[in-house]
Amino acid sequence: MKLVIAMLMDGVIYASWLFVIAAGLTLIYGVMRILNMAHGSFYAIGAYGGASLVGFYLAGGYPPWGAYFMLLGAALIGGTIVGLLIERGLLRMMYGRDEVVMILVTYAILLILEDVIKLIWGVDAYFAYQPYTLLGRTKLAGLSFANYDILLIFVSALICFVLWWGLNRTRKGKLLQAVIHDRDTAAFLGINVTRMFTVTFVIGAVLGALAGALTAPGISVMPGIGVEVIILAFAVVVIGGLGSVGGALLGALIVGLARSAAVHLYPDAELFVIYGVMGLVLAFRPQGLFAIATARKI
Amino acid sequence: MLIPFAKKSALVGLLVASAVAQPVIAADDYKLGLVTFLSGGAAGPFGVPAQNAANLVLETLNEGALPAPYNVKGINGRTIKPIYVDEAGGATKQSSEYRNLVERQGVDAVVGYISSGDCLAVPAVAEELKTLTVLFDCGTPRVFEDNSFKYVFRTGPTTTMDSVAASYYIKDIFPNLKAVSGINQNYSFGHESWADFYGSLKGLQSDIDVPTKQFPKIYAGQYGAEISALMVNSADVIHSSFWGGDMEAFLLQGAARGLFEDQTALLTTGESAMYRLSDQIPEGTILGGRGPFGIYAPDNALNRWFRDAYSKRYGTQPTYPAYKMVQGILGLKLATEQAAAKVSGQPTTEDVVSAFEYLEYEGPGGKVSMNMGKGHQASMEMVYGRYALKDGKPAVTDVRRYAAECVNPSDDMPANEWIEKGMPGAKCN
Repeated sequence: MKLVIAMLMDGVIYASWLFVIAAGLTLIYGVMRILNMAHGSFYAIGAYGGASLVGFYLAGGYPPWGAYFMLLGAALIGGTIVGLLIERGLLRMMYGRDEVVMILVTYAILLILEDVIKLIWGVDAYFAYQPYTLLGRTKLAGLSFANYDILLIFVSALICFVLWWGLNRTRKGKLLQAVIHDRDTAAFLGINVTRMFTVTFVIGAVLGALAGALTAPGISVMPGIGVEVIILAFAVVVIGGLGSVGGALLGALIVGLARSAAVHLYPDAELFVIYGVMGLVLAFRPQGLFAIATARKI
Repeated sequence: MLIPFAKKSALVGLLVASAVAQPVIAADDYKLGLVTFLSGGAAGPFGVPAQNAANLVLETLNEGALPAPYNVKGINGRTIKPIYVDEAGGATKQSSEYRNLVERQGVDAVVGYISSGDCLAVPAVAEELKTLTVLFDCGTPRVFEDNSFKYVFRTGPTTTMDSVAASYYIKDIFPNLKAVSGINQNYSFGHESWADFYGSLKGLQSDIDVPTKQFPKIYAGQYGAEISALMVNSADVIHSSFWGGDMEAFLLQGAARGLFEDQTALLTTGESAMYRLSDQIPEGTILGGRGPFGIYAPDNALNRWFRDAYSKRYGTQPTYPAYKMVQGILGLKLATEQAAAKVSGQPTTEDVVSAFEYLEYEGPGGKVSMNMGKGHQASMEMVYGRYALKDGKPAVTDVRRYAAECVNPSDDMPANEWIEKGMPGAKCN
């Protein structure tokens, strides 16, 4: 029983973390058809921004609960600024290019942002562990779990709900779906596709930065963290189906639970299992589990 | 055709800028290539402290202000001019960078390399180019076990002694030890560290139990499932050779979940985090420093100078990569000056090689004996202790020192074979 609870809890916590990272990536691809390698940099900017803001805030002697708002603030500010700069300053000149070209462009942005991060924050590690330890821990079947990690499950579920509701139950979301379905026809019908792209890219960037900011309290924020997560995020969205938020959720759950089972039952397969699952899904369903049906133009 | 004014201005600007960017190097300066991580995950915990230490010690050496016997200016009177190279990028890139240092920059010697992969790749190029090279930090024992090099030396001890001394230490501290778990990174350093540790412990106590051993990916950052596995499969001690951000994340996440309340963590590189995470490391955690470095360094004149000068300049205490960098530079200096004492004028590289082999000298971490790898590999004593807060400041208790002859194999036996055979010939107190 202890083992089953451990596997389930670890799997769901890891999946929540993965989903927050992958949600922005899959949203941008779904709307803009850009496989955004720079998403890893948004994550890193959120983590560095969150750690710095929490550090400044707590050094000022303010109530520690406010540190959580600092994390959210860092994600909002960092993601919005960087997202706007990249979309308005560079990507809008590239729209309509081949998807492979866009991968190369965003990879270049990732490399540039890695150096920008180094210029701003240096190479020393940053810590913001206070929000991680402040919430205490909960015992389940004799095992302790950090309440911060449990909170992450709810945050992830909230993000998932807001994205679903926004896309399916609001007018803007339905307009966005029209853009996803056929951007030329959507533009012909009077939808401002360019503005839709900007808004989507900024939301995706904020989600990437939010993932970093929420992760920062439990890790040592150091150079290269963005590059490490982007590969995992790709695995998740490929399993779920590129461009599908529901697919990202399912992909994150599959990867999280599979990895957790491997760590507990056969640790040597911990890394293999993630990419093993991805290979298996691609072999039987190359478009991913939840791929959005694409219309064929005649 | 006349060059347009704008282009001409740009060209002049470029020439001026490049002239300004180049360090001024006189003909008799000693050009020293220094290779350490200046970017990536290893830069913060290792590369930059090592670079800081190099800057400090080179500046002081050039002033002739270091305690004796290092008070001759520069290296044998020649002013040292450092040329830094970022170690990031992997072994193939480093081999090319090494060629650049020697063939284009014309360095007299190279001190560098933290990654074991780089330490296995670069020596072949050093031998081809006949350039004196001092490996200062990497730990794999394979460098001199699998090869015989003339121009390559390593002034830092190997990882073997970290693991062997760790097994002695926990046997000393926990006489009723029953079970040990492990969490190490999934690459050569992590696997070698665990294999050496478990092998030597098995030699000391054959009935030791291993409830779980985890090998997460390097730079994974998230250890929730591994921490649960360590909790479900409880042991007396958790061995980890995690370093840098991975170790710090494991400490933060494990402490928040109470992992270290029932089990004692043994962190072979833990000393490098004791000032950065002083209020997060549980008291009683066993900390290693890859040798007698940092808080484990002896109270000698050189160490007193180094700790004082380093903390004044950089606002923090030096950790083991900083010590090992200083040790590498001082070994090179001493070998060159001893070689120079036997010849007229500046010694040749071959003269320095002869002087370096089997050299014994004092570094800020104590005695360094180049008595392994046919005189090319250093051995040192190894130290472990337990983390404690004294008057709110990070400190260590239960410190135990293990002589070099106790934790290192003899020169004629590879480390893994020595451990497998039960560490024959080990001279322990």
